Amino acid sequence: MPTPISDGARFLPASDQSLLIYFGEKITPEANQRVRKLLALLASEPVAGIRNLHPAYCSLLVDFDALKLSHGELELILRPYLDRLEDVPLPKSREIEIPTCYGGEFGPDLSDVAALHGLTPAQAIELHASVAYLVYFLGFVPGFAYLGELPEALQTSRLATPRRTVPAGSVGIAGNQTGVYPFATPGGWRLIGRTPITMFRPDRSDMSFLSIGDRVRFTPISAARFAELENP
Amino acid sequence: MSAIRGRAIQVQAPGLHTTVQDLGRKGYGPLGVSPSGAADRLALRLGNRLVGNADGAAALEMTLIGGTFLFPEGAVVALTGSDFGASLDGAAIEPWTAIDARPGQTLSLGPTRSGARCYLSVQGGIAVTPFLGSASTHALTGLGGFEGRPLRKGDVMQIGPAANSFRKKTIAAHVARRLSLRNVLRFTAGPQADCFPEASLHAFGETTYRVGEQSNRMGLRLEGEPVAQLPGQQMITEGVSLGAIQVPPSGLPIILFVDQQTTGGYPKIGNVIAADLHRVGQLRPRDEIRFEQVTLKTARSLLIEQEKTLASIEIFLE
Repeated sequence: MPTPISDGARFLPASDQSLLIYFGEKITPEANQRVRKLLALLASEPVAGIRNLHPAYCSLLVDFDALKLSHGELELILRPYLDRLEDVPLPKSREIEIPTCYGGEFGPDLSDVAALHGLTPAQAIELHASVAYLVYFLGFVPGFAYLGELPEALQTSRLATPRRTVPAGSVGIAGNQTGVYPFATPGGWRLIGRTPITMFRPDRSDMSFLSIGDRVRFTPISAARFAELENP
Repeated sequence: MSAIRGRAIQVQAPGLHTTVQDLGRKGYGPLGVSPSGAADRLALRLGNRLVGNADGAAALEMTLIGGTFLFPEGAVVALTGSDFGASLDGAAIEPWTAIDARPGQTLSLGPTRSGARCYLSVQGGIAVTPFLGSASTHALTGLGGFEGRPLRKGDVMQIGPAANSFRKKTIAAHVARRLSLRNVLRFTAGPQADCFPEASLHAFGETTYRVGEQSNRMGLRLEGEPVAQLPGQQMITEGVSLGAIQVPPSGLPIILFVDQQTTGGYPKIGNVIAADLHRVGQLRPRDEIRFEQVTLKTARSLLIEQEKTLASIEIFLE
């Protein structure tokens, strides 16, 4: 398996029609910034034959048309892109608030999570709401933002058995990540609250409420306020 | 008279799980949007050719049990993929052949006699409002297709404009046979192949897996000998490609498919090659499959060869 190193980036074929580019092997804002820069550069100067891009914490998966390109050819095309990353400007981070009603039926795992860490539910909420999280990428389903990094005192493993359906708007945590489920989907993250905001709307011009690179804060709200925001 | 306006297709019975699909949406991975599209792309493309459409026109994808469809103003149609035992107003019709359905005729399909999916292509294509450039349905999130969902009894879909030109075209039986079921899926090494001990990699190629009942367009869950991982492996969530064979802690592999999640955190032992993905779309629950590893170079030649075959398929005029 060829795994050449180019300026700190590592290429690895993921399939016969996709190539992974890794910027290090750790989740860091710096590695993620390089992912976002490469994504921005490929958006402004697209490469013929690339069909899709899947950004993640510290990697970018490039899906390409294997009838037009080989892994080697694509790598040669991408190397000059990597050399230019320093100079790629990124849009200024937006600061976004997500009003969240914690606990109760909206956050059925809140008390368990708090108990696991020797916290009261109120302390757990305060901790979760204390951080301006970075949107590392959108993945899994449309508009699902992977947010980090969760305070260490709240970091909890996934549920042993994922729920068959998690309601849309549920705020979950898993490991050092937190996020909001945009759709009712199966899910294994521990649910601590819910937001009335619609995270993905196909009729909105930017569709996803959150964008890669945004800074996000969760703001605790009451059940009454949740109802008001849900039905304005 | 050239284009006939206002033609429609009425769903009298939807079948088990019937959705509008084309060749999928490309380029929205950064939003977390799955490609979707036909599970058997070759069948969709050939069906469209039979009725005179562009390869990527939208068609109906039926799963395991077909539906019943009325054409009030008639339509030129073709059935490709698996044989669901079709009849037009009660008279049996051939798959892989263009059929001229007269106004008021009803096309009925039953349970599959071979693989999982059958495609109904209509001249002009199924007309739905595209979402991000594609007519494909992503049922999990309710996006795309006809109201974002599988079809129901009573649904009426418009057929796109087309010159109503019927020519009886058919695809040679030997070609259709070449595209038929094959229960050995070829794969290339996955990005985390080194998370698995040599013995696991070997066993993976030797094991016969059974397609689980919980399989769908998002993923095929396999049952059989669990694949052991090296201890202490931790990986960071990353983008996942179509056909990725991921191994969760249970050791039972999952093939990520057309309605797949765009990123994932389980190690991937391999990836089904592009030239075999259409076969994945024809696998039914309880089908038995095996995996055979090939190099990237072989995978690419197989894809190029398949495209050449497709380009050279003679569509016979009767």
